[in-house]
Amino acid sequence: MASNDTNLTTRPSVAVHAPGTTVSGADSANSSVMQLRDVSVYYGSYEAVRGTTMPIQQNQVTAMIGPSGCGKSTVLRALNRMNDPIPGARVSGDVLFHGQDLYAKDIDPIQVRRRIGMVFQKPNPFPKSIYDNVAYGLRINGIKGRLDDHVEEALTKAALWDEVKDKLRKSALALSGGQQQRLCIARTIAVKPEVILMDEPCSALDPIATAKIEDLIFELTNDYTIVIVTHNMQQAARVSHYTAFFTAEVDEAQERHGRLVEFSQTGKLFTNPADKRTEDYITGRFG
Amino acid sequence: MTLTAPPAARPAAGGPDLTRAALSGRRRFTNHLATAAIWVAVLLAVIPLALVTYTVIAKGGGVMSLSFLNEDIPNSYRRDGGGMGPAIVGTLLITGMAALMAIPLGVFGAVYLNEYGKQRPLARVIRLMADVMTGVPSIVMGLFIYISWVLLVGEQTGFAGALALACLMLPVVIRSSEEMLRLVPDELRQASMALGARKWKTTLTVVLPAAISGITSGSLLAVARAAGETAPIIIVTGIVFSPNWNLFDGSNTALPAQIFRNASQPFPAAQDRAWGAALTLIVIVLGFTIIARFISSRFAIKER
Repeated sequence: MASNDTNLTTRPSVAVHAPGTTVSGADSANSSVMQLRDVSVYYGSYEAVRGTTMPIQQNQVTAMIGPSGCGKSTVLRALNRMNDPIPGARVSGDVLFHGQDLYAKDIDPIQVRRRIGMVFQKPNPFPKSIYDNVAYGLRINGIKGRLDDHVEEALTKAALWDEVKDKLRKSALALSGGQQQRLCIARTIAVKPEVILMDEPCSALDPIATAKIEDLIFELTNDYTIVIVTHNMQQAARVSHYTAFFTAEVDEAQERHGRLVEFSQTGKLFTNPADKRTEDYITGRFG
Repeated sequence: MTLTAPPAARPAAGGPDLTRAALSGRRRFTNHLATAAIWVAVLLAVIPLALVTYTVIAKGGGVMSLSFLNEDIPNSYRRDGGGMGPAIVGTLLITGMAALMAIPLGVFGAVYLNEYGKQRPLARVIRLMADVMTGVPSIVMGLFIYISWVLLVGEQTGFAGALALACLMLPVVIRSSEEMLRLVPDELRQASMALGARKWKTTLTVVLPAAISGITSGSLLAVARAAGETAPIIIVTGIVFSPNWNLFDGSNTALPAQIFRNASQPFPAAQDRAWGAALTLIVIVLGFTIIARFISSRFAIKER
């Protein structure tokens, strides 16, 4: 692992933005790999998240922050149709991936998830060997050729190879929590998705394991686009280029809905938030 | 006090006394009472088990020999000697065929219930029917197979016995497998789904392997129970005195039926054969258990 720099806060290269820049003007607009347009997510008749519009920029880290129950995980899971199996879950608006609506009728959700992978809050390796965990995605996707090489490449990219190369046939469950989470990341990148969604990937880990994952996230932006949900504002500030702040609002009918309050470059959002609610949250006055 | 002083058994002044003596008499009494009660319960539970094992070995061990295991059953209960060969063949074939029919069907049924049907009306009906079926007495199942199969093909066969046993095993396999599948964490299904696996692939390569040892144990209980069923065998398979290797042609017999028939005779030779058959049956069921444990441990992933 290239852990030469411990000051992670300086890493994202967003220091160049001028104050008051608009979102789409920050980077060239055509570099967004995904685009959410007025996306609402419903569970049955309950509207969990209302009207989210934001881009996901290519080879950048986009963080979603906000208090519990603000719908950030819900939005994340809507990006690769992970909400599909939940009875009554429904998405309105457009979730565009290279301009294609992921919720169009003839879209195969399996194809979507092969290109948009996901890492979960709790490390969830399969009860198989370390090797089989990484090879699993390759096998189900019918990737032929030298499986060993693919597995080594994925584990190396996930900064886990040196720790596990001598025990590839051992159970993945014998690894520590941090190693398991990196294994899950290796498993995800083995199938070479374009986008990796991470749902609070460090919340079950100690600070040292967290630092390793954060280093890794930064490395991964060379090849992947990353969207990360986190409860930890410092983490968002450390690893992300863009940040979306969500909060929960109570509407006229006394129902709580998640809302996207502000989306901008991370540096701007944390130093000069445009919205009062964002400022209250990041300064700790709320949430 | 110096640093090297041994730790005191009594607390420093004002500190809490953590010794057992500090407990009230009532709490100490309750504690001992509960411990004693648990030991008594364990002993009571072990007594019948030990007695059964002892009696069967003591009485059945006397007749046990290689010839007992492969000789034909004497066609007169009075006669000494002979063996249980045909009943052993029948038990293995009939129970094996029943397991072959009931376990795959039951596991598939459980997969439907837990992975696909969930709380849909059809799944709830199946679950209810399986529960009801579990409670059907085996003799009723025997009669059901008699009128719906034996009368249809016109003769008592080993296969009819296998059908009856399979019907008895099926609900047990379904419900125990479903419980095991329910124990598989949803995170594993989601992880597989997020890698772009289709649902059948996830079920086959992640969910079933994770549950396999539990499913094996549950299925095995069903097999063991079925191997000891007597009533349906007597009703639908008839009786033979020499081995019938064909389940589909002609009558057959099995160890439980032979235990029943021989034990109800007044002749010592028959009663000895009944004890020998009982011991053989227990050993066969034990053998099933060991084989299944071995298989499931080969599938199961080691912690380390």
